[in-house]
Amino acid sequence: MDLGSVISILITSLMAMVPIVLTSVGAVWSERAGVVSIGYEGVLLMSAFFGAIAAEVTGSGIMGLVGGIATGIIFGILHGVLTVYLKGDHIIPGIGINLLAMGVVPFGILAYWGTAGQHQVAVTLWSWNTKYGKISPMVFVTIAIAIITWWVLFKTPLGLRVRSVGENPEAADALGINVEKYRFWSAVYGHALAGLGGAYMSVAWLGVVQKTMSAGRGFIALANMVFSGWNPLVALLGGWLFGFFDALAAWLAPLHIIPGQFILMLPYIMTLIIVAGIIGKARPPKWDGRPYKRE
Amino acid sequence: MKSSKSDALKFFNFKALIESLIAIFVGFLLGAIVLLAFGYSPVETYYWLFKGALGSTNGIASTLAYSTPIMLTALTFAISARTGIFNIGAEGSFYFGAIAAVIFTNIWGNMWFGLAMGMLLGALWSLPAAFLKVYRGVHEVISTIMLNWIAWFFVLWLVVGPYANPNDPNKTIRIPESARLPLIGNTDLSIAFIIAVIASILTYYLLWHTVFGFGMRASGINPRAARYGGVNPNKAIIWSFVIGGIMSGLGGAMKIMGEPPTYAISQGMANVYGLGFDGIGVALVGRNHPLGIIFAAIFFGMLRAGTPLMQIGAQVPLEIIKVIQGIIVITVAIPGLYDMIKKALARGEA
Repeated sequence: MDLGSVISILITSLMAMVPIVLTSVGAVWSERAGVVSIGYEGVLLMSAFFGAIAAEVTGSGIMGLVGGIATGIIFGILHGVLTVYLKGDHIIPGIGINLLAMGVVPFGILAYWGTAGQHQVAVTLWSWNTKYGKISPMVFVTIAIAIITWWVLFKTPLGLRVRSVGENPEAADALGINVEKYRFWSAVYGHALAGLGGAYMSVAWLGVVQKTMSAGRGFIALANMVFSGWNPLVALLGGWLFGFFDALAAWLAPLHIIPGQFILMLPYIMTLIIVAGIIGKARPPKWDGRPYKRE
Repeated sequence: MKSSKSDALKFFNFKALIESLIAIFVGFLLGAIVLLAFGYSPVETYYWLFKGALGSTNGIASTLAYSTPIMLTALTFAISARTGIFNIGAEGSFYFGAIAAVIFTNIWGNMWFGLAMGMLLGALWSLPAAFLKVYRGVHEVISTIMLNWIAWFFVLWLVVGPYANPNDPNKTIRIPESARLPLIGNTDLSIAFIIAVIASILTYYLLWHTVFGFGMRASGINPRAARYGGVNPNKAIIWSFVIGGIMSGLGGAMKIMGEPPTYAISQGMANVYGLGFDGIGVALVGRNHPLGIIFAAIFFGMLRAGTPLMQIGAQVPLEIIKVIQGIIVITVAIPGLYDMIKKALARGEA
């Protein structure tokens, strides 16, 4: 492997980490407040689709990202209402959102653009084009979001309150913290970041909308969240590692050294090993996924 | 104990049934709005959908054929849900059931051998998640999702590599004629449907009429109380994964052994993908009750069987069905839907 390939893989890994890191960081915040969602996979897919539409309609890549965030916020509100205010199960709405995305996106691609399965996005976000591959400014935005989220979560009173409603809602309630409000907006923030990550895929990175383009990244992000021990900074590192596997698989595939399927399997096997606690035991917030009802 | 058992049945019969019907209604209603937004006629779409699914003997046979695999994957989800577990792993066991049928019927062309090996591989693939849950405390949602992806890539490798059809690059080698499931009457429906219904009834019997099943449900409702009552919740969890894996493995095997004219796994695993996830929707609409699942599966099968005629008659992409299914599942997730609507109606009358 020459130096050019190494640099190229490293740049691709930075591009590939963005949706995983954004979703993981959002999921970390949301679960720190006690809201579990497995619907990020569907949110990534739907915001890639609606983000592309927003970019094409407004003629602006930035508006495409805004469209993705808006899509995320809508599903965050839906999930927040069902789990926080109606005290419903946290897993089932996520399953519903994922199933919905599997219909909305292929149907939408066909009904809106009239093409089956894939659409080339006409308006994309600006990026630096180097001879080793392109770098989107979103890479740096993502790193900044991860750092800021970590800082707010662990170094500010707001973060303390968010963590308290996920760790001990009874005590938080007794201190006069509105548990439902903090949980609801945490769910919205988590889904909004996934929405940004989804729109990034179609508008800034791949430049296409495909019905399978999320490719499990929403689930990988959840695994990465567990791997990080619910810490946004570690999630940034873990997300890059998954991005690296992604880039490595794409680089190795045409060489036919080992079947491509086995390389693509690696991140999932790694995740299983990590969550099994062989590398380090992870502990979720105490009230993660449990509805809080005031006595 | 007797009275609580009949209470559970009563709950299923009335409130749950009505909540599922409301969810289905909301699904069709919001589906109609989506259709209108994209310039299609909902009336025409739904007319052709139901005509396609129920308007002919072939339509009905096709409805029941589509309901078969999702009935079994729904049982996978429901059995574990009754034990207090969210087993999303039906998808992975289903792939392994399908490839097991291809591999082993080509070693010995016997139908029962193929079905047995499908069930065995499906069950084996459910074990890692079970052990991770019980011995390492790993949340089953994370582990089963990861195992689904590993299964996907592994079986895909078998499909395009060692078991690819040398005469047809679009599929695997076929199930030998001696191992194919017999068809019912003059239709494309195989006895797989009957086997799936029997599996549902057996699951019902197991869960509600045996001590073993009572232990499983008890540890789902309250693991601490179950332990006090002499049930080992860990054992119940492992068994719920294993029985679930058997069901999905059986579903995968029957999908390939009982579906004319292909009798093989097609390119990109298109004919085995997504049936595990659809099963979760079926289980939720069927309220995780094996008998409710029979009807929910037939309903979902109807939606799928009607799509070819819907596409021809109303020119609507078949994915609209997935949109409707997704909305139905999200609606099912609304807790206390029945009470909410009852309250809203009472307010309207007052």
